Amino acid sequence: MNNWRGAGWLLPASSFLIILLLWELVSRFSGWSSQVFPGPLRVLESIGEMLQDGTLLQHAAASLYRVTVGFYIAALLGIPLGILIGRVALAYRMLNPLIQFLRPISPLAWIPLAMLWFGIGDKPAIFLIFLASFFPIVVSTAVAVSAINPIYFQVAANFRLSRREVAFRVVIPAILPDVVTALRISVSIAWLVVVAAEMIAVQSGLGYLILDSRNALRMDYVMVGMIVIGLIGVLLDYVMKGLGRLESTAWARKSST
Amino acid sequence: MAHIKIENLVKAYENRRKQRRKGDPVSVGEMIKVLDNINLEFADGEMVCILGPSGCGKSTMLKILAGFDTATSGRILVDGREVKEPTSDYIFVFQHSGLLPWMTVWQNVELGLRHMEDAAQKEAQIQEYIDMVELTNSEQHYPHQLSGGMQRRAELARALVVNPDMLIMDEPFTGLDFLTRMKMREEVVNMHEFIGKSILMVTHDIDDALVMADHIVVMGDNPTQVKMDRLLRFDRPRDVSTGELAEIRDEIYFMLGVSYVV
Ligand SMILES: Nc1ncnc2c1ncn2[C@@H]1O[C@H](COP(=O)(O)OP(=O)(O)OP(=O)(O)O)[C@@H](O)[C@H]1O
Ligand SMILES: [Mg+2]
Repeated sequence: MNNWRGAGWLLPASSFLIILLLWELVSRFSGWSSQVFPGPLRVLESIGEMLQDGTLLQHAAASLYRVTVGFYIAALLGIPLGILIGRVALAYRMLNPLIQFLRPISPLAWIPLAMLWFGIGDKPAIFLIFLASFFPIVVSTAVAVSAINPIYFQVAANFRLSRREVAFRVVIPAILPDVVTALRISVSIAWLVVVAAEMIAVQSGLGYLILDSRNALRMDYVMVGMIVIGLIGVLLDYVMKGLGRLESTAWARKSST
Repeated sequence: MAHIKIENLVKAYENRRKQRRKGDPVSVGEMIKVLDNINLEFADGEMVCILGPSGCGKSTMLKILAGFDTATSGRILVDGREVKEPTSDYIFVFQHSGLLPWMTVWQNVELGLRHMEDAAQKEAQIQEYIDMVELTNSEQHYPHQLSGGMQRRAELARALVVNPDMLIMDEPFTGLDFLTRMKMREEVVNMHEFIGKSILMVTHDIDDALVMADHIVVMGDNPTQVKMDRLLRFDRPRDVSTGELAEIRDEIYFMLGVSYVV
């Protein structure tokens, strides 16, 4: 495997190349019209068009905006709630069954209610994103909190740490590595959901772009939408991975290896 | 000051098994006594070593003494006051590392001094104790970057910097290699002679106890009772292979039902 290190990009690049080649071949020789199955060059052209008239950026920005807002709200509410459930037995007994019940309901099942409650526009989409990321964040945070070694709380009691100090010097640093991982996972879930949400309630975003292009029979635009969704997904994950490299979580990475 | 009096101490846990199994002393839902009527008294400044088979309740007793756990009945008095909750007057050194892994050595040692107003004095004091346990230049390291012996020493520095009346140590040498263990033994004895604080230590090593202790306690199990409670007034360094210490050693081996000659 050592020989491959120097050219680490070679393997993934070759798989992309093969796909591109197959794509081109199919589009040429399958007998489907380029309307139905546009080739890679055609799609590249469309990307150029859409970049120039700004529609692509607009749609991508709209999707990112919704994901960001929904995700932030989910994190701001989910992390404290998770800590509460993980720390307070009463909160756990009260809320855990409810959360376990709501969690398996796909955010998409909420679409009719979301539209009824929030109307048309950003709000129902943001609400769906919120739902998609809220439950994983709450559950992972609660699990992380309850997994904290009780010794650390005894140390805290021994040195007379106040409740506040226990929260900021023990609980939060202890769960940070797990919470970062949970955030990373829920961003990718949120990104999956935003596309679906935009197919229903809004007039912008990458999901809307795909749906609208299908209605206009512009399969090249549909493919552009898919490609950009993939690219942004990778980018989001990369950013969240960077968060996991924070100094304040270094201890967990190193002590586990 | 730490004169310790353990009076009629009982600790029982509910038997939570679904079904009564063969060999269980009590049926489901009844209480299993882990500690049964323990009475002990330790003078101020004593170095106490507690021996006993695994699971006999040594850690449980120390945790009640530290205020982390409560007794089912009976009580522990320190200087006449009943122990009810943890205090920084008695610092617990844990069976496995109790250092907070997300804090550096420096931050860990600072834990007990965090309310100190005079920053310069605080810094000097932290440095003094880190130097004392020979961790100079490891201040900014995280616990996982230290060896097992260094971790124990860091924990000792964290405990000693608050100038506690008593150190409670639960198997502080477990998991250390032979050489480090011998060194730590010596360090703890020196430290004890130097600061004169009470130390209560649980160990699995009979030689640890014979070499270090002013006062040795052997516990037996099912349920746990005190089997030996004895002062060791011998000068240090001690040779446990001959004389009265060797006899005590044989007695303890016999008590624990093992033999060191195989
Ligand atoms: N929370 C608990 N619930 C039920 N039983 C417990 C609990 N904590 C401890 N015990 C029981 O109490 C007994 C004594 O445990 P303890 O940890 O004090 O033993 P120990 O003497 O320190 O053993 P070791 O030498 O292995 O550390 C054990 O049999 C254990 O099963
Ligand atoms: Mg123990």
